[in-house]
Amino acid sequence: MTIAIVDYGAGNLTSVKKAFDHLGEACAITSDAAEVSRAAKIVLPGVGHFASTAGLANSGMQLAIAQAIDRDVPFLGICVGMQWMFTGSDESLETRGLSLFSGNCARFPATVKSPHVGWNQLQISSSSRLFRGLSNASFVYFTHSYRAPIVDHTVACCEYGGQFSAAVERGHLFGVQFHPEKSGDAGLEILRNFCEL
Amino acid sequence: MLTKRIIACLDVDAGRVVKGVQFTNLRDAGDPGTLAQAHAANGADEIVLLDISAAHQHRAILLDTVRRTAKELFIPFTVGGGIRTLDDAARVFAAGADKISINSAAIANPSLITQIATRFGAQAVVVAIDAKRGAEQGIEQREALPHWQAFTRGGRTATGHDAIAWAQEAESRGAGEILLTSMDRDGTASGFDCDLTRAVAAAVRIPVIASGGAGGAAHFAEVFRAGHADAALAASIFHYGIGSIAELKRQLSAENISVRWPC
Repeated sequence: MTIAIVDYGAGNLTSVKKAFDHLGEACAITSDAAEVSRAAKIVLPGVGHFASTAGLANSGMQLAIAQAIDRDVPFLGICVGMQWMFTGSDESLETRGLSLFSGNCARFPATVKSPHVGWNQLQISSSSRLFRGLSNASFVYFTHSYRAPIVDHTVACCEYGGQFSAAVERGHLFGVQFHPEKSGDAGLEILRNFCEL
Repeated sequence: MLTKRIIACLDVDAGRVVKGVQFTNLRDAGDPGTLAQAHAANGADEIVLLDISAAHQHRAILLDTVRRTAKELFIPFTVGGGIRTLDDAARVFAAGADKISINSAAIANPSLITQIATRFGAQAVVVAIDAKRGAEQGIEQREALPHWQAFTRGGRTATGHDAIAWAQEAESRGAGEILLTSMDRDGTASGFDCDLTRAVAAAVRIPVIASGGAGGAAHFAEVFRAGHADAALAASIFHYGIGSIAELKRQLSAENISVRWPC
């Protein structure tokens, strides 16, 4: 049983695989719904446009992911992968998310430069399993133009043109707006926590 | 708060890190993989690897060097030099780069910016601009304003493009960041060109990385405050141990410049 890194044609998944390789976790990049169904854990990375998640529905992978989530298979969405766990995004109004968390992703206000690129600090809530062992004000690497709102299941906030959800967590569901695979030791610790669930 | 990034640059020639003064007189500074690891451990926020001779030697980038450097690197990694097509970029991403940097090819074929951004996202496309102050051929004199011309092929070829106008065009075509090198300051350790950096930062809405001229912590503080840079890049001062990144960040932090420290 391995970690399935879901490939839906949205950018570059090499970095995510490299991080799990470093942690000694068996993982495979896949665009095969059957392989996603068999996985012990599922990671949905995302660099690029919210509209690219439409490919998940068309390929049958969305169904495989939804069924795995119903079986409590741990699921981690990264960046656009986390945004896809919400209802939708202003980036592509015709593309629906999985609605695992309620709320819509919206653009940063014009008062700040966009995209939000670089290392920013988290404000972590103590109850999170994903952030176990991390110091409250850890720095992580972001690169995104849209952000998810604060919701009941937000476990880490970030400040940039107002507060937004840097991470959400509910049961076996996890979403992070930042890139743990590019966030140095803090990021590797977060991925290790996910592996150890 | 979003922090100011300190970026360590590895100028690579034939698989080795080298450093020259104003783009020439190269000398050896070590193995790129080893240096990238050392800089990351020392607090670098990002690593940029530039294959400095690929463009003018008309050859492809050294993918094996990229692969080796990326393997155990878990901070953002940008690669540039010799990327001319979407396929070239795809190979560099597959080798482990998070972003690619294009300069000569973007000037020759600006639609390449859009092609790469559409496939890999704007965040993955850095347009590098090597800018030199002065009224060279092809640039209209704007009265009383300093101006800069963009150069390509490792500073060998004048393009006739105004650096600021070119930065704006790059943004409109889908660039995610601008890597702005002052050719006048590169390798001189006399400080970043804050006028150039501020002019470009004011003209675009995407992050601007200042490069060329770093000699000490005061220069970084100056380019963040007066130059409005989002990030600053240096090479030789880090490689030769003249200043460590950890010490630089400690000093910037003491001056109330927001940096990832301790990291």
